[in-house]
Amino acid sequence: MEQVMSSINLSAIAPELILVVCSLLILLIQSFAPIRLKGWYGYVSLIGVVGAVAVVLTQPQSFELRAIEYSFNGMWVVDNYCRFFKLIFLLGTGLTILISIKYLDNEAMQHGEYYALIIFATLGMMIMSSGAELITIFLGVELMSISLYVLAGYTRNRMISNEAALKYFLLGSFATCFLLYGIALIYGSTGTTSIPAIAKFIAGAGFGGPTIVMGMALLVIGFGFKTASVPFHMWAPDVYEGAPAPVTAFMSAGPKAAAFAAFARIFMEALPSLQTNWTMLIWVMAVLTMSVGNVIALVQENIKRMLAYSSIAHAGYVLVAFLSAGERGISSILYYMLAYTCMNIGAFAVITVLAGKGEQRVRIADFRGLGYRHPIAALAMTLFLFSLAGIPPTGGFMGKFYIFSAAIKEGFVGLAIIGVINSVVSVYYYLRVTVAMYMQAPDTAAEKEIPVTVFSPALVIAIFISAYGVLSLGLFPSTYLAMVKLSFLTLL
Amino acid sequence: MVSLNSYLMLGAVLFSIGAVGVFTQRNALIIYMCIELMLNAVNLTIIAFARFLNSMDGHVFVFMIMTVAAAEAAVGLAIIISLFRNKATVNVDEINLSKG
Repeated sequence: MEQVMSSINLSAIAPELILVVCSLLILLIQSFAPIRLKGWYGYVSLIGVVGAVAVVLTQPQSFELRAIEYSFNGMWVVDNYCRFFKLIFLLGTGLTILISIKYLDNEAMQHGEYYALIIFATLGMMIMSSGAELITIFLGVELMSISLYVLAGYTRNRMISNEAALKYFLLGSFATCFLLYGIALIYGSTGTTSIPAIAKFIAGAGFGGPTIVMGMALLVIGFGFKTASVPFHMWAPDVYEGAPAPVTAFMSAGPKAAAFAAFARIFMEALPSLQTNWTMLIWVMAVLTMSVGNVIALVQENIKRMLAYSSIAHAGYVLVAFLSAGERGISSILYYMLAYTCMNIGAFAVITVLAGKGEQRVRIADFRGLGYRHPIAALAMTLFLFSLAGIPPTGGFMGKFYIFSAAIKEGFVGLAIIGVINSVVSVYYYLRVTVAMYMQAPDTAAEKEIPVTVFSPALVIAIFISAYGVLSLGLFPSTYLAMVKLSFLTLL
Repeated sequence: MVSLNSYLMLGAVLFSIGAVGVFTQRNALIIYMCIELMLNAVNLTIIAFARFLNSMDGHVFVFMIMTVAAAEAAVGLAIIISLFRNKATVNVDEINLSKG
């Protein structure tokens, strides 16, 4: 492993710089340019995202190398692991922006701040995945969270959106306190906040003592909140239900991936010596997260809320991969997060299309008969739901396959069995939507009241990209696996 | 000289008071104050460690936390105000549109 130490290295933060410039530019256009440029904020932000993707892809080392580069006095790290995660975040952000443009027009809420905040949140996620220091990671977490609090309450005239923002804000900052306390205890017992230095200290001292175990447990709580794992999941359903649909799409994919990125980096790189301690904790969390998420999702009537519980369950599957640790575990986390981003944002994109103005059609009952009135949207929705359920030939199936095979190879057979059972349970509620779309007659009275579906070319492109991602991840997994295999190597 | 343990105990007690407050209080503003109390308990813990370890990192970290807390307060109070405009209450028991 090649290591380069340098203090200031702007090329290491080039993608982040592009995003900062882009969001500041949007804020400036918003303040100084004529009002008729309103429709362009979204496209300006898209250009920024595409630029950042290009830079991430061409950063000093290509995907073939296993190099790892520290800069800013060891605070910042660029390796294939973080680069893969950054591509996931940027994919999620790009898709979200495509979904949002028309949605915001409809709600008469087309403001530059929305895109600026989305990009700031993405920036926070990228900092989380690249932070080689607990302080840097903490700042990333906060930049992401604070932007998301605002976004959750973005439709500020809707009471339910306010409520979502308040709950997210209170529980999110509560979780931050635990995260910080954990960092404080780890700092206190090792005398450093740098991840490699912590690992070195613990390896040198043999065992870090009770303070560091406490710190680790508090970190698990903090990250448990951020990834919406049971028992720290209570905020997720309310927030997902109340936030505007594109924001929910955004929150359910990127931030979760970012939390797992930082979680995995801290635990596998800084605290591998405590693996016996955290395995137990996370085992219980994984089982609870999968089971509670899936069982409660069974009885949901609101589709956004159902997908919120489903996303809790998916965090559980990722925790299974997390437990498997090592090479297989981490590569399956990466693969699964990519598949999950495509299918979840795709599903929310279709919901945005079908929910209509003011999100009036978000009950599962409202989806009755859609297969006949909007055949293409219904087909796309079916594809995403099948993928979420893990039915071949979709990305969701391959993702689950890798996770469970990793778990079995690492000796977590019981956990894999529980996971598979859960996955079977989940088929029920995903198929329920499909059954409503294709096999039930529409509720005619409700149909007349809400005639509009939200439709725009950008939305179609977003759905198309997600569908392509889901299918190609399922049909040609080897290309992505090759990328994933190069990405985890630097972490270990 | 006050020992490190006393500071840590004080930090832990303040943190616990804050955490209990978050669960028992019903006023959004008071809940937020409890969260601030927890943050400051963490600050105290970090600064005590930094002082006893003779390390500069902790001092810097505390400034970072204070800055972030200020940003969080700005956003949080704005959220509470926008909620209050729609429904004149800050009691979290009455803010219950989403359930299930």
